[in-house]
Amino acid sequence: MNIVVLVKQVPDTWSERKLTDADHTLDRESADAVLDEINERAVEEALLLKEAHGGEVTVIAMGPGRATDAIRKALSMGADKAVHVSDDALHGSDVIATAKVLAKAIGTVEGFDLVIAGNEATDGRAGAIPAILAEILGLPQVTQLRKVTVEGTTVKGERETEEGVAHLEASLPAIVSVTEKINEPRYPSFKGIMAAKKKPVTTLTVADLGVDAGEVGLGGAWSGVIEASPKPPRSAGQRIDDEGVGGSKIAEYLVGQKLI
Amino acid sequence: MRDPLELLDIRSLLGEEDRDIQATVAGFLAEHARPHVADWFEAGVLPREFARELGKLGVLGMHLEGYGCAGTSATAYGLACLELEAVDSGIRSFVSVQGSLSMFSIHRYGSEEQKLEWLPRLAAGEAIGCFGLTEPDFGSNPSGMRTRAVRDGGDWVLDGTKTWITNGGWADVATVWANTDEGVRGFLVPRGTPGFSTRDITRKLSMRASVTSELVLEGVRLPDSARLPGATSLGAPLSCLNEARFGIVFGAVGAARDCVEVALDYAGTRVQFDRPIAGFQLTQRKLASMALAVGNAMLLALHLAGLKEAGRIRPEQISAGKLNNVEAAVAVARESRTILGANGISLEYSPLRHANNLESVLTYEGTSEIHALAIGQALTGLSAYRG
Ligand SMILES: Cc1cc2nc3c(=O)[nH]c(=O)nc-3n(C[C@H](O)[C@H](O)[C@H](O)COP(=O)(O)OP(=O)(O)OC[C@H]3O[C@@H](n4cnc5c(N)ncnc54)[C@H](O)[C@@H]3O)c2cc1C
Ligand SMILES: Cc1cc2nc3c(=O)[nH]c(=O)nc-3n(C[C@H](O)[C@H](O)[C@H](O)COP(=O)(O)OP(=O)(O)OC[C@H]3O[C@@H](n4cnc5c(N)ncnc54)[C@H](O)[C@@H]3O)c2cc1C
Repeated sequence: MNIVVLVKQVPDTWSERKLTDADHTLDRESADAVLDEINERAVEEALLLKEAHGGEVTVIAMGPGRATDAIRKALSMGADKAVHVSDDALHGSDVIATAKVLAKAIGTVEGFDLVIAGNEATDGRAGAIPAILAEILGLPQVTQLRKVTVEGTTVKGERETEEGVAHLEASLPAIVSVTEKINEPRYPSFKGIMAAKKKPVTTLTVADLGVDAGEVGLGGAWSGVIEASPKPPRSAGQRIDDEGVGGSKIAEYLVGQKLI
Repeated sequence: MRDPLELLDIRSLLGEEDRDIQATVAGFLAEHARPHVADWFEAGVLPREFARELGKLGVLGMHLEGYGCAGTSATAYGLACLELEAVDSGIRSFVSVQGSLSMFSIHRYGSEEQKLEWLPRLAAGEAIGCFGLTEPDFGSNPSGMRTRAVRDGGDWVLDGTKTWITNGGWADVATVWANTDEGVRGFLVPRGTPGFSTRDITRKLSMRASVTSELVLEGVRLPDSARLPGATSLGAPLSCLNEARFGIVFGAVGAARDCVEVALDYAGTRVQFDRPIAGFQLTQRKLASMALAVGNAMLLALHLAGLKEAGRIRPEQISAGKLNNVEAAVAVARESRTILGANGISLEYSPLRHANNLESVLTYEGTSEIHALAIGQALTGLSAYRG
């Protein structure tokens, strides 16, 4: 089975995440960049499928130069090769542009059977890339899965919702997205880490993919960030000493906040 | 700044691969060890299952080639020891003894059969190894050891007692050093061999998250195939100790780094006289001195790793690293503790736990005094500790 995993490098959720003042895009310098945890799980799922069915795992990342760190992490976990789309023209790309570029990049992987993405990136949080990709590529999409299996030329999955569990299937090739419930990603082995640097990574520009630079980047985005301000810090709590009427004082407070 | 090593931008000295390995070990420990280590220390245990997880991670014998080992650089091994000891010296001790004493002794001096039998299981953490050199009456001076192995037909019969043996009570295989008519020899003694027993040492005030035991050998009969064929003198166990000491050179930096991180964090939030105590000049002097000590120790460790990778590290250089870095770490741990005030004596905070552990590290793998004398001998050409 030939599997493609879409991986994104994101600012570590533990570090302070901000937008730049200049163009309101992500300030990539201010935070440690890591392979998005949901994408670690996507890679893990691909490796499990490869272990069960054989084949090859290719990771694709669109991102700046240092996204190579995220790619290397995926390769040290056990992915076989990578495509890195890196181009200054991509800075500030919106979801549609990102999906267009990723679709072209997926097209460079010959004979892929399955594309695995995260359900939502922790920084952009659009949660839309997998669906847009399916639309562009004309492939079935099975999204938001907590379980994935492949039987013959069919991919089956379980989607957990508030109403219950939906059992879904589609014929390959298809696009799936996975949620954080899908698995526990492995730690890369030391041998894997040492092997990673010898694995092939193809770096491509927008031009290499035949995408018009005007369609991507901040200039090509359909929507823009006008202003961004940090959440106000939490103010100190209000202390209520219980002198027999503590309960009703709390209720009064909640009513005042329009919470009850 | 949280990590005092950032002061000197130590990261920039590390290669990508070594950094990735360090980050993997740190990530694993943050999840599987840090939340539990104070409890382990208090209870005086290291869970057997945790050893297996370390095996899965690949740290056991990670710097050895083949037989299920990853074959990493010396620097990567050092950085792993640093992260392990940043959590607790007991965890680093377990890994040092397993990888650098037990596995290394087999890897370097064992027969092909011995390597195939033990190394893959030891690497996976399925089997545990220990290294018995110290005896009740012979610590710094192992050449006087009383444990004897006597040939009896094709077999050997071993008698003697080893003490203060890390992993002893757990071990599936003990590398035991004994005097013979032909000189010092090493033997692999499997657990359960008749006449071989162990007794754990309890009531320790240091290195509590580590098993330390006595090994008793009473007429233990072993075939000649249990002897390490490559080991033909006391030089063999001493070469193993040099391997383990290298890990300590880095490990001590980890313990010290953790203490400074805790002290920095505490000083920034603890308010006295209406100011965070980090704002007092005396506190800043302490923090500055500690950050320098940790940074210098790290630079020394990386320099020694470079010499080791180039294949030309000399024993007195390892002595310099062990002596300097462990003494520096002890001083940093104690100083960090003062910044924490009364809270510093609680197990809720790591500095005093590290300080207590480091007392063992000062003593084992050659005491500070012995390493000072080894350096003294290299400098003067005169041996002060041997007649
Ligand atoms: C600071 C900031 C500013 C932004 N400003 C704008 C704006 O002005 N206008 C606008 O329309 N959008 C804006 N965005 C959204 C941004 O364009 C999206 O982050 C990006 O297009 C992808 O969407 P997502 O990450 O939310 O994808 P999601 O759909 O949440 O991601 C789902 C999965 O798709 C895959 N994937 C997503 N991106 C990549 C990638 N680059 N490489 C490989 N796989 C990937 C991963 O598998 C991921 O888990 C902004 C985002 C940020 C962080
Ligand atoms: C937690 C722990 C784990 C250990 N694990 C192991 C293990 O796995 N395997 C193993 O074989 N051993 C192990 N040891 C033993 C350790 O290696 C010895 O304790 C160490 O070699 C010192 O020996 P000793 O305790 O007998 O002290 P001694 O040799 O009696 O020394 C006592 C003091 O005298 C000083 N001294 C001795 N000779 C001289 C001299 N010539 N000049 C100046 N000063 C001198 C020493 O420096 C020390 O300060 C462990 C010890 C501890 C505490």
